[in-house]
Amino acid sequence: MKHLVVIGGGTAGTLVANQLIDRLPADWALTVLDPEPTHLYQPGLLFLPFGAQDEARMVRPREKTFKRGILWLREGVEEIDTAGRRIILSHQEPIPYDLLVLATGSRICPEETEGLLGQAWQKSIFDFYTLEGAQKLRAALKDFEGGRLVVNVVEMPIKCPVAPLEFLFLADAYFTRRGIRDRVELVYATPLDGAFTKPVASHLLGSMLEEKGIRVESEFNAGSVDGEAKVLQSWDERKIPFDLLVTVPTHKGAHFIEAAGLGDELAFVATEPATLKAKEHDNVFVLGDATDLPSSKAGSVAHFQGSVVTENLLRAIHGRSLTEGFDGHSNCFIESGFGKAMLIDFNYDVEPLPGKFPWPVVGPMQLLKETRLNHWGKLAFRWVYWNALLPGRSLPISHRMSMAGKYKPEFVLP
Amino acid sequence: MASREYQGQTVEVDAEGFLEDSSQWTRDIARGIAEEVGIGELNEKHWQVIEFCRKDAEAKGDAPGLRRISKLSGVNMKELYKLFPKGPGKLAARVSGLKKPHSCI
Ligand SMILES: Cc1cc2nc3c(=O)[nH]c(=O)nc-3n(C[C@H](O)[C@H](O)[C@H](O)COP(=O)(O)OP(=O)(O)OC[C@H]3O[C@@H](n4cnc5c(N)ncnc54)[C@H](O)[C@@H]3O)c2cc1C
Repeated sequence: MKHLVVIGGGTAGTLVANQLIDRLPADWALTVLDPEPTHLYQPGLLFLPFGAQDEARMVRPREKTFKRGILWLREGVEEIDTAGRRIILSHQEPIPYDLLVLATGSRICPEETEGLLGQAWQKSIFDFYTLEGAQKLRAALKDFEGGRLVVNVVEMPIKCPVAPLEFLFLADAYFTRRGIRDRVELVYATPLDGAFTKPVASHLLGSMLEEKGIRVESEFNAGSVDGEAKVLQSWDERKIPFDLLVTVPTHKGAHFIEAAGLGDELAFVATEPATLKAKEHDNVFVLGDATDLPSSKAGSVAHFQGSVVTENLLRAIHGRSLTEGFDGHSNCFIESGFGKAMLIDFNYDVEPLPGKFPWPVVGPMQLLKETRLNHWGKLAFRWVYWNALLPGRSLPISHRMSMAGKYKPEFVLP
Repeated sequence: MASREYQGQTVEVDAEGFLEDSSQWTRDIARGIAEEVGIGELNEKHWQVIEFCRKDAEAKGDAPGLRRISKLSGVNMKELYKLFPKGPGKLAARVSGLKKPHSCI
């Protein structure tokens, strides 16, 4: 029997396992390793701080997310022995592999920033990238009666790079609804030189922030936090006082990747951009947040990569050459508050542009434009996630980006 | 595509002023870019960073990000911000004649 092992049963690992299981030759077994008993729908975390109570719909027992034939071991990986093709586990005996998929995602590391985890952690400093963080922030926002709320991205890359912006748009709507918007100052401190990573979207999102009265501190690289004095300080010694700090801390890959020397300084795995094979190893593939690729760390990207990784694993099994199928395709909704959202679609080479999606003229979604339909699309994504994306079904969107229906805007970028 | 002249040498640059072809880079071009972006005269520490960035990019294929520079060049984060004010990752890459580092994208 040959072994295909997937490490990490989150978005990426689960969808690849589900796509593969029916297509594997009979002499191959498929095992998924993940120590966490439940699967969390992470996009839902964005809405919890503003009063949403749908935790029950955001988590599922992990065993229910896999198709029949997949063996899930509730085990964390401690080490990989790539020379001996063995995986060292936390509790059980090591297991061998013939092909390996790394889908271990990314984790937040607040300990990387001096002062972040001090006395003020989860009192006046919160994250919303974990379930516990988002829930505690919900309680804190409820009691917040005014003052300066600062959202800070410590360093790139982060998963879902638009989530901090969405958080600010939703905060604007939330405080407006509570009738205290005039008592709340919203500040966005980002290491980027604008609102987003790509010019056209950055320009549009930047004007939206301005319209909503949200101040942007750009090229702000957080160096330390003084929780007692409530001041966030950058490496170049700019200071931003806060009453409430919402931090998006440094992201890193899994511990064992760091230890095995498989990753870069942040433990993201060196990955070939088009085939999604690990650069250093021929029998290892990588997808989702775990890669070092410049594509966005998002569930939609994990989905597009999934089609390519599934195909390439089968090709590797049958001894055929790999497809260079991944073009960096990313696609995500940006919740903009007051029941509206935008949609962006882009890849390694083409930035997000306005237009219709997924079909020219008819849409029905509009790219880079705030609409109600996009907002419903964002909410429907949860259904799509559990019922189509995770089970590995195909969606009406190709894993390769399409230019159909898009156009270059006429405004001149500064 | 735009072109710029540094110390009598014309080079192609992208929309943000990063050299299109890193093999065209010379120490004089580095001095010219440093002048242009407001770093001023390049000192020994600057050169230490630039040399690290160029060597690393040659080995890895991409410009190193700020975290990598601070970990491996022998110049720490605080100093990097003094040497290349505001955006050391981006500025170090630009002065070194490399593309914008991925971690800035
Ligand atoms: C607030 C927020 C909002 C978001 N909004 C969106 C959105 O609107 N749209 C979108 O497309 N994406 C969104 N995302 C991003 C999306 O959730 C992630 O990009 C996606 O889940 C990545 O999938 P993954 O499988 O790579 O990682 P994950 O889904 O995080 O899974 C990684 C898995 O690996 C396991 N693991 C880690 N270490 C080990 C180990 N040593 N051994 C075994 N297993 C291990 C973990 O337990 C985990 O289950 C959002 C994320 C956040 C935090």
